[in-house]
Amino acid sequence: MTAITTTAAAPRARSSALDGVRQSATLAWRTLVQIRHNPWEIGDFSFQPILFLLLFTYVFGGAISGSTQEYLQFALPGIIVMNMIFVTMYVGLGLNTDLTKGVFDRLRSLPIARWAPLAGRITADLVKQAWSIALLLGVGMILGFRIGTNLAGVAGAVLLLLFFALAFSWVSVFVGVVAKDPEKVQLFGFTALFPITFVSNVFVSEATMPGWLQAVVKANPVTMLSDATRGMLVGGPVARPALGAILWGLALIAVFAPLSVRRFKRRV
Amino acid sequence: MNEAIIAEGLVKRFGETTALAGIDLAVRQGSVLGLLGPNGAGKTTAVRILATLWRPDEGRASVNGFDVVRQAHQVRQLIGLTGQFASVDENLTGAENLLFIGRLLGVPRAEAKARARELLADFDLSGAADRAAKTYSGGMRRRLDLAASLVGRPRILFLDEPTTGLDPRGRTELWGLVKRLVAGGVTVLLTTQYLDEADELADDIVVIDHGRVIASGTPEELKTKTGLQTLAVRPTDMADLPTVVSVVGELARVKPEQKGELVTAQVSDPAILPAVVRRLDDAGVVVNELALRSSSLNEVFLALTGRPAEEEEVDEEVEA
Repeated sequence: MTAITTTAAAPRARSSALDGVRQSATLAWRTLVQIRHNPWEIGDFSFQPILFLLLFTYVFGGAISGSTQEYLQFALPGIIVMNMIFVTMYVGLGLNTDLTKGVFDRLRSLPIARWAPLAGRITADLVKQAWSIALLLGVGMILGFRIGTNLAGVAGAVLLLLFFALAFSWVSVFVGVVAKDPEKVQLFGFTALFPITFVSNVFVSEATMPGWLQAVVKANPVTMLSDATRGMLVGGPVARPALGAILWGLALIAVFAPLSVRRFKRRV
Repeated sequence: MNEAIIAEGLVKRFGETTALAGIDLAVRQGSVLGLLGPNGAGKTTAVRILATLWRPDEGRASVNGFDVVRQAHQVRQLIGLTGQFASVDENLTGAENLLFIGRLLGVPRAEAKARARELLADFDLSGAADRAAKTYSGGMRRRLDLAASLVGRPRILFLDEPTTGLDPRGRTELWGLVKRLVAGGVTVLLTTQYLDEADELADDIVVIDHGRVIASGTPEELKTKTGLQTLAVRPTDMADLPTVVSVVGELARVKPEQKGELVTAQVSDPAILPAVVRRLDDAGVVVNELALRSSSLNEVFLALTGRPAEEEEVDEEVEA
């Protein structure tokens, strides 16, 4: 039997950086291939945002903005942001599943770069994010959304969204490492992310809200990101909200990356 | 270098709990070491340290001469690990699980695919190759898990309770696979709480309890170490049973047990055998079976720890 004979190669002291990148790509591939066997997951980041878009545009849109067309023009950028925040939860969910199912033990017993499993997850997440953004933008345009800027504006919006997705992934990683099982990660996704995304100006302008809530909405990075995305897709001020969103993103990384790594080392 | 795995004075604590209280191990190249102990004895902790997943608090260990802490990357190139819980990606097919590990190890795609096919065939999983692992039975998952740890053709294999939760047929199948690996020159460190499993597979056994080594040796040595052997006599004629019971009882100086026509007694002096033969011959008793057997590892474990091996406890080392 050839399968089980052993070979002797001199062991190397460490993986090269290039090996690490290749290993991350393999791990990202693995995360994306999983979708084939989990059709509901593609529903989560494809049909669900489209459903949200349709519901809000056609059920509330007329009442909020006077016309569904006008509302679509206002809400689509925010809905893209909201969906982006929800999709980041897959990083934590997948990480937690690997930890609880023992897949992580296998990965750690392999001669691969220590950072590759996490980098692979985050890379796969960015692919899902890019797909979701393109899908929402495409469906939005079919429904009548008009880009009021130019290609540079769209590219800037996508880059800003992906940057913030990367930053917010660390929150997700932290939840994934701390949570006892995948169900807890999902619970967090629902209970924490709904208020964070709704207490913003994604669906309605903050003008009609009570003063204290307006303050919260204005400080919410989801608001800043929505404003910046609107500015870059539809037109309007970009610099201030974009800067706010970038600062928020950097702060999230500064807090949650080290926290996650520390908790992670304690757990495994 | 004759020793594939060496551990010296391994200590691991989790807060107040001491999982390992100073363990020494040595596994000869190409041999199977059975690490035997009840739940919570420290078996999994020892394996996780040797497989570079955890750092020991004290002591050191090496695999093929590479230190498991300082040269972990080299160690990882030599080992395969099959954990207590089948660690396969349930959302991938069997073939994808093996392909993805081959690719991680830097094997080119075509070669990794061929290797996956070969392993699936060896482990009788070809028919399920393209089904998601979440649809596999427990035994199939274990086999896939073992196959996954063999993708990189490891020279040293850690099997942490590989048959826990398997039905008897699954266990026998897995034992066969392990024996084939060993025949191919792989060194195996196996943890188990099943004494028959250690007896079946291991060249040497180390018994641990509460994080300490309490006995070690070959299965035979361990059985003789406790000094107990079992004398078994089965007369041809049922009518001779009372005579057999009285002769055995007199010579063994214990009350013999009787199960059907088989009479057994625990003895400590092997010289009793010829005496029994003479006395039965004098009495004109013809026997079907007359044997002096080593006691089972179960009896050994009871003698060493004062309690049976397979008691159910919450496994602290996994939660810690």
